[in-house]
Amino acid sequence: MAHADIDFGPINFRGASRAALKDPQLRANFRRAMDGLMSKRAVQFADSAEWHAMRALGASVRLRALSKLPELLEKLEENCTRNGITVHWASTTDEANAIVLEIMLRVDARLAVKGKSMVSEEMHLNAFLEKHGIEALEADLGEYIVQLDHEMPSHIIMPAIHKNTKQIAQLFRDKIRGAEYTEDVAQLTDLARRVLRKKFMNADVGISGVNAAVAETGTLCLVENEGNGRMVTTVPPVHIAVMGLEKVVEKLEDVPPVLSLLTRSATAQPITTYVNMITSPRKAGEKDGPREIHLVILDNGRSKIYADEELRHTLRCIRCGACMNHCPVYTRVGGHAYQAPYPGPIGKILVPQMEGLDKRGEMPHACTMCNACVEICPVQIPIAGLMNRLRAEAVHPGDAVKDAGSQRSMAEALVWKGWAATFSSPAAYRMATTVLSTVGNAAPASLPLLKEWTSVRAKPRFAGRTLHDLAREKGIPDA
Amino acid sequence: MPDARSTILAKLRAGRDAHPVETVPSDFTVLRDKRWDPAERLERIKRMMEAVHTEFVDATEQDWPAVVQAFLKEAGARTLLYAPATPAGARLEAEWAEGGPDLVRYDRSVDEFKEEMFTAIDAGITQTLGAIADTGSLILWPSAEEPRLLSLVPHIHVALLRADALYDTFWQVMTENRWADGMPTNALLISGPSKTADIEQTLAYGVHGPKRLIVVVVR
Repeated sequence: MAHADIDFGPINFRGASRAALKDPQLRANFRRAMDGLMSKRAVQFADSAEWHAMRALGASVRLRALSKLPELLEKLEENCTRNGITVHWASTTDEANAIVLEIMLRVDARLAVKGKSMVSEEMHLNAFLEKHGIEALEADLGEYIVQLDHEMPSHIIMPAIHKNTKQIAQLFRDKIRGAEYTEDVAQLTDLARRVLRKKFMNADVGISGVNAAVAETGTLCLVENEGNGRMVTTVPPVHIAVMGLEKVVEKLEDVPPVLSLLTRSATAQPITTYVNMITSPRKAGEKDGPREIHLVILDNGRSKIYADEELRHTLRCIRCGACMNHCPVYTRVGGHAYQAPYPGPIGKILVPQMEGLDKRGEMPHACTMCNACVEICPVQIPIAGLMNRLRAEAVHPGDAVKDAGSQRSMAEALVWKGWAATFSSPAAYRMATTVLSTVGNAAPASLPLLKEWTSVRAKPRFAGRTLHDLAREKGIPDA
Repeated sequence: MPDARSTILAKLRAGRDAHPVETVPSDFTVLRDKRWDPAERLERIKRMMEAVHTEFVDATEQDWPAVVQAFLKEAGARTLLYAPATPAGARLEAEWAEGGPDLVRYDRSVDEFKEEMFTAIDAGITQTLGAIADTGSLILWPSAEEPRLLSLVPHIHVALLRADALYDTFWQVMTENRWADGMPTNALLISGPSKTADIEQTLAYGVHGPKRLIVVVVR
């Protein structure tokens, strides 16, 4: 039932993206959605001075949090504990799943309702719980749709963005008992409302993510539009929140700039319908709210990312998804081609660091270095620079990134060695350019290294005479 | 084997101490300077919230219970869930006329009437701490007297907003009122009725929470 248990077989970004490119419906769905998101976001940040001040503030908040990360996590734990929230730590996703399961078994839970949480996708939590006989139902409408169709989310903010209304109408008719076919979005939404309200009412546990955890007060902040986030954190007797360890901010006053940048960048809203700040379970005398709140703080490779002076900037991310919306590659291949919980530019730098360059070495190459993501990132992550760094790590053995050096190929290394030797010796350079301008065009397009290039592009043509030659002829002196 | 907590914290400390993170000062001026003329605030709040389908009703300190009752009657609501231990709840109880929606007291634990709340309640009414001009948001601090689900489960949420409790920004509200000194169990900003754009980016209202949000501006 859960979408996380789909087996893609071996990870194959190249193959999956080729297939996606040939799907005109998928491409139209993404093109339309991304164009809309980009233009709406631009309106939110039309005041350029305000945008620059806000993103500088956002970046400073995130950097300050990272600079004190271990202390802030301890402070968060201390304050949450004082407020009555139980804090758990997990080094791996397996540990995090085990913690969640243990809580569920203790309260004899049969049904968990979930708010949107990317960390739970990272954990493949739904599939894990189903294996133990617990139903984990996604309540965010987009997540509910992809779960019904046994899929993964294709966007971190809009999980079902790859589907159009007709496809969703058909899905609801096929999968929801008694549902009639309708393409009326209000009716489809109402159908989901009727199904899910019953689930909220009967759920034993609510599971959510965390957009920002405040060390100063021990407060968990969640933004959302639908009300499912409030339902899962208020109605069931137990609430379990899962967060990546980088989600902490130092002070309560750091929350407004982070949330403002998040919601404006993500969905072009000044703020979401609900901002939900949770500081404690139900206190004596209070009439609703969960009686237990658990916070699971997950590492899953983050502490390793943090150790590298450059790569740690990956952890500034506030998960707005704007980099996806502006990425020319993501827009064309869609989210599923990445076969990863985090697609798009942030996924291309985050996932290889979490899962290793052996498995994910292709991801940092799925980038044209156009820099669009860097320009719109609300917390100024140098995404393209980090992508470049990972490309280098992939072919140079080392300790900074998991499986560094695993993509090294002798042929490629030799080519670069030759290239470096040629470009550092005037005599070799002269000889190489002379040879290439004389007979280079005779090289067949099917040559081993050339083949990759010419399979989708025209073969480059060498000019009959080199630039040096022509310059000399014009009387430009050698330096 | 060391536990996850000490392993994680030790790794983070080692990583940070080897290469401290360079920071830049946080300059909140951009939020501090965001101000509106007091007269403009309500207009802006109204404009922004109406853009996301919030409905506004005008009332006075004297007549608001009657205004609420008339509105809900017109809207076809049969039941109104309210918090009897709040000042607003006391006014409703004292002034509710015959023939309107039935008043339902939220004076016991939700566990005692969860099904009724989900299936038999049309509207819920809450007070607010005010509203924010920057984003068009109501501020709610639910309490033992005024529970959290009042503004979430009923199909219609009626929120009382005092016309003199208007702020400029979220940041201003929390810093000027020193929220960090003591956060409640749950604090909320609400900027409209529940909505989604998850089906082909088409907006639809009332997906899980209230389908309608009615702000009664009390002067």
